[in-house]
Amino acid sequence: MHPAPSVIIFTVLSGAGFGYLAFLGLGLSLDTGFTAFWQFTLAFSMTVGGLISSTFHLGNPQRALLAFTQWRTSWLSREAWAAVATLLVAGFYAIGVIFFATRFVLLGWLVAAMCIATVFVTSMIYAQMATVPRWNTVLTPIYFTAAALTAGAILSGQGAAAILLLLVLTLIQLACWLRGDRRFAERGHSIASATGLGTPGRIRLFEAPHSGSNYLLKEFGFQVARRHAMKLKVICIVALGVIPVLLIFLGGGIVSLILAFAFHLVGICVSRWLFFAEAEHVVQLYYGNAPAPLGT
Amino acid sequence: MTSLPQSTERKMGLVIDLDTCVGCHACVVSCKGWNTENYGAPLSDMDAYGAEPSGSFLNRVHSYEIEPEDNSPAQIVHFPKSCLHCEDAPCVTVCPTGASYKRAEDGIVLVNEDACIGCGLCAWACPYGAREMDSAAGVMKKCTLCVDRIYNENLPEEDRVPACVRTCPAGARHFGDLGDRESAVSQLVAERGGFDLMPEMGTRPVNKYLPPRPKDRLNGVRPRTATSTSEPLASPSAGATDSQSFFAWLDRALEKI
Repeated sequence: MHPAPSVIIFTVLSGAGFGYLAFLGLGLSLDTGFTAFWQFTLAFSMTVGGLISSTFHLGNPQRALLAFTQWRTSWLSREAWAAVATLLVAGFYAIGVIFFATRFVLLGWLVAAMCIATVFVTSMIYAQMATVPRWNTVLTPIYFTAAALTAGAILSGQGAAAILLLLVLTLIQLACWLRGDRRFAERGHSIASATGLGTPGRIRLFEAPHSGSNYLLKEFGFQVARRHAMKLKVICIVALGVIPVLLIFLGGGIVSLILAFAFHLVGICVSRWLFFAEAEHVVQLYYGNAPAPLGT
Repeated sequence: MTSLPQSTERKMGLVIDLDTCVGCHACVVSCKGWNTENYGAPLSDMDAYGAEPSGSFLNRVHSYEIEPEDNSPAQIVHFPKSCLHCEDAPCVTVCPTGASYKRAEDGIVLVNEDACIGCGLCAWACPYGAREMDSAAGVMKKCTLCVDRIYNENLPEEDRVPACVRTCPAGARHFGDLGDRESAVSQLVAERGGFDLMPEMGTRPVNKYLPPRPKDRLNGVRPRTATSTSEPLASPSAGATDSQSFFAWLDRALEKI
């Protein structure tokens, strides 16, 4: 799948923002007054910035409000509702904390639950895609939710929780890659099932339907070289997990927390780029492309 | 509304005969012609006269080479592919705006372009690559089954079929109600063993494909086996295994010289 920067920024920033909001909702490391104002400003600017970024990949963003209409069937529509509802409730909660030095505990818990629900709904936009076997697994929502909570734990300075979540997220990330590489073959899609002709190994594309490129090849034909993917995975794990864990473990106050979050954010961006770039869409079978067999 | 209808009164669709298709791409051209001038945004071309031309099409013809199981010579199969108007159309339910819908009366899957935000999610959800985003209009384009032809009383009756069906010089494309077991297309599917593409996706396509028939065996053409690949596939006496034939006599005569 084409790794569109707007969608990578959207999922990374809004995920981290909602993760941070969830921790603020639980009242962890939450101050009142001016400090709380800056805390909420950071959380809201990440979530809102991410959501605005997501509109940049639309062909006709001026009609974006219509995306609220189909919540009965569409995860993307549910995402729109969940994000706006969560931001509204979090807004009321923030007003109480900032201006009245009052933390409404139940409202805070509600904010935390809604934040996690929103990240889950975002992840289902991808996890629902039966056409992309790598995404179409229960690991996708687990990965998105863990990433959001980890970012939240780092930003709210929860040292022990952050280290634990960083380790868990690293393991989930490794599981996603290992399982993801096998998903396409497991599902049994092949050029033979796609065309209904012959058996695998006895049918091949003789002539492509068009000599130029098209939307399908640009959107679904993205392929990342396996040796590049391996290097990126090492960079990802080091930035996403190893360095932040060391920085937080060694201590050093606010500076090490900021550095840890910066490295983590870089790692998550690489991870999300790979999430799209490595995902194989079944339509590629019609163009004679199949995911490389394992071990090549 | 992006909820799928429980059932549709009719299931209008195409039956594509892979045995008959000659791969001329006339359906591709007539489809582009009709659909760029009629319903919805034109099917735009990008960099049409430049180094990297690309464009939106609703129908594409792939060509495949198959090696039959019995090792007889390979066959070329031309494979036109467009929207299959699935009964469980995943492209419809993912649409956040309601632009994508399946009609309860005839099962045609359409896009209301005035409501399309161009998010591309429906194209992601389609296993068949039937939807293409138009780069100029930023809206999703797909086969309409020529909804503006098939009910169009301003057209002569013989033209009230999809443009691809009307233009096919080989008669490889058939249009009709696949929900009616008595219809010509349903009977064709039953007779010829029509099949679904990627049935494991559970999309229940309305369009069916008819398998290519085994080709006639040409005398003297050897099966492709590991041992025979280095030898010529056909000897000059192909078609004349009888030792009494003219070519056999000529062969013997030439040997004696």
